Amino acid sequence: MDKKPSNIRTIIAYIVLILLTFLCLFFFYILIINCTRSHQQIQSGFSFLPGKSFAQNFNNVIHDAKLPVLSGIKNSLIVSSCSAILATYFSALTAYGLYAYNFKLKKPAFIFIMLILVMPTQVSAMGFINIITKMGMINTLYPLILPSIAAPAVFYFMYSYMQSSLPLELIEAARIDGCNEFKTFNRIVIPIMKPALAVQAIFAFVQSWNNFFIPALVLQENSKRTLPILIAMLRSADFLKFDMGKVYMLITVAIVPIIIVYIALSRYIVAGVALGGVKE
Amino acid sequence: MNKRKKAAEKEISYAKWGYIFIAPFFIAFLVFQLIPLVQTVYYSFFEYYRSGLTVIGPNPVGFDNYKALFESDFLKYTGNTIILWIAGFIPQIIISLLLAAWFTDVRLRIKGKQFFKVVIYMPNLIMASAFAMLFFALFSDNGPVNAALISAGILKTPFRFLSSVSGTRGLVALMNFLMWFGNTTILLMAAVMGINPALFEAAELDGCSPRQTFFRITLPMIRPILVYVLITSMIGGLQMFDVPQILTNGKGSPDRTATTLIMFLNNHLYSKNYGMAGAISVILFIICAILCLLVYFNLNPTESDRKTGKKGRAARKEAVNG
Repeated sequence: MDKKPSNIRTIIAYIVLILLTFLCLFFFYILIINCTRSHQQIQSGFSFLPGKSFAQNFNNVIHDAKLPVLSGIKNSLIVSSCSAILATYFSALTAYGLYAYNFKLKKPAFIFIMLILVMPTQVSAMGFINIITKMGMINTLYPLILPSIAAPAVFYFMYSYMQSSLPLELIEAARIDGCNEFKTFNRIVIPIMKPALAVQAIFAFVQSWNNFFIPALVLQENSKRTLPILIAMLRSADFLKFDMGKVYMLITVAIVPIIIVYIALSRYIVAGVALGGVKE
Repeated sequence: MNKRKKAAEKEISYAKWGYIFIAPFFIAFLVFQLIPLVQTVYYSFFEYYRSGLTVIGPNPVGFDNYKALFESDFLKYTGNTIILWIAGFIPQIIISLLLAAWFTDVRLRIKGKQFFKVVIYMPNLIMASAFAMLFFALFSDNGPVNAALISAGILKTPFRFLSSVSGTRGLVALMNFLMWFGNTTILLMAAVMGINPALFEAAELDGCSPRQTFFRITLPMIRPILVYVLITSMIGGLQMFDVPQILTNGKGSPDRTATTLIMFLNNHLYSKNYGMAGAISVILFIICAILCLLVYFNLNPTESDRKTGKKGRAARKEAVNG
């Protein structure tokens, strides 16, 4: 009896879902198509079929005299990988410290991290620039990497994960077997935490890869710049004179590697979003 | 006796490891966030800027920076930020609730859930600045979107999206919506799936319509996560920078109607006006601190809340058994 309204609802649901899917994919489809077409082709109108200028555009982009794209990719890779490693390792270490040990400041430390869980870094940007200038780290990649050691959101995820899958008896057993505390963490805790580490490493990597506000303030030399800053430079260059094939290609270089990794690991990433609940 | 003493000694030596393990986090936080924050607050009370090559200050000026701030376009930019956030957030929360309800509704039996989840979450991982650059290229006066609209006969002359206030704001809102609705959907779905299925079964047996089930059971049960989504989204909205910055080339054009608070902060940091940048930061910090407190109490219910939570759970159990 109530099969019919259910059917209609199913149809409406599918229509909305397909519309949203279209909306999500359409812009990237145009991007992929246009990065394979030459400037003239792009200017002459839109096409649903790819062109043949992919290699040409790619070559043009990485050899552009004004945009150091190759070093941009390299810098972005260095910053993002190091940030991901530091954020996950030290968050796990901090979470383990608060999970496995009893000490006086345990509760205040935990409450403190929970309080700053969603505090944006932008509010202290002014002092941050000031302090790294004094430390001589302006125009280097360190100020983009080292702050990842304190990543409250990653900490929270690790702590929740430990509560659900790291029995304290195991640590006790390791102690009886004569493992020292660091060894216990590195040899026993880290392997157990692998799924959580992997998911959070991906998020930390992507967040760092996409980061624009702080790097734009810190990196002023061309050779030090990361990809988002190059995109901003491209935007502020005289746009009409630009080869549009190159514009689309640079955008492709910035986002397609992330999309490929995402599609390969989507199952874990989507599950990670649902589990964590905390992301900036 | 001896053994106990040894055990006690061990307890103490273990406590040391707790401190050692959490030390790096707190040192990094201290150096890169707390000290900078204190400095930011401190300099907000100073006249401290660069004019050409000469540095003026720091001279203490009390609350002058704050006065100057409220006499400048600060309130306009606050308004912009709120408008841009709300224009993206309302469709985001409506669509996310709808999708979360559909995906978890056993009666609908939607196929390909995993596929849809993967697709709608994807824009969240895209570099916001690249995404904005892409939209800029696509929606420019002679870009593909205008070309398509003209060749389809919908428009006669190109619509200049980026010269119109609602066009620019609409594009920013659309990008924010696209980047965040997938994330919110997944969070809300997880919350809905955490609800005891017996409640839905009971509702179905009692003849609840899907609408009634949604408003009477789903919504009240996922309220904590809704609050969480709302507050974190507000914080995200306050941080809005990449998209309008790249889309409008930092100018917030037309007529600075798309300039957000962080863009304003960025302009002051860029021109090295540290006093004013400090004042903006302090106001942002106060708002964020309030929001952070709300998140904290939302994630860590106080004792009395916890008791009612337990009561709720007990009631639920009773409902299931009875």
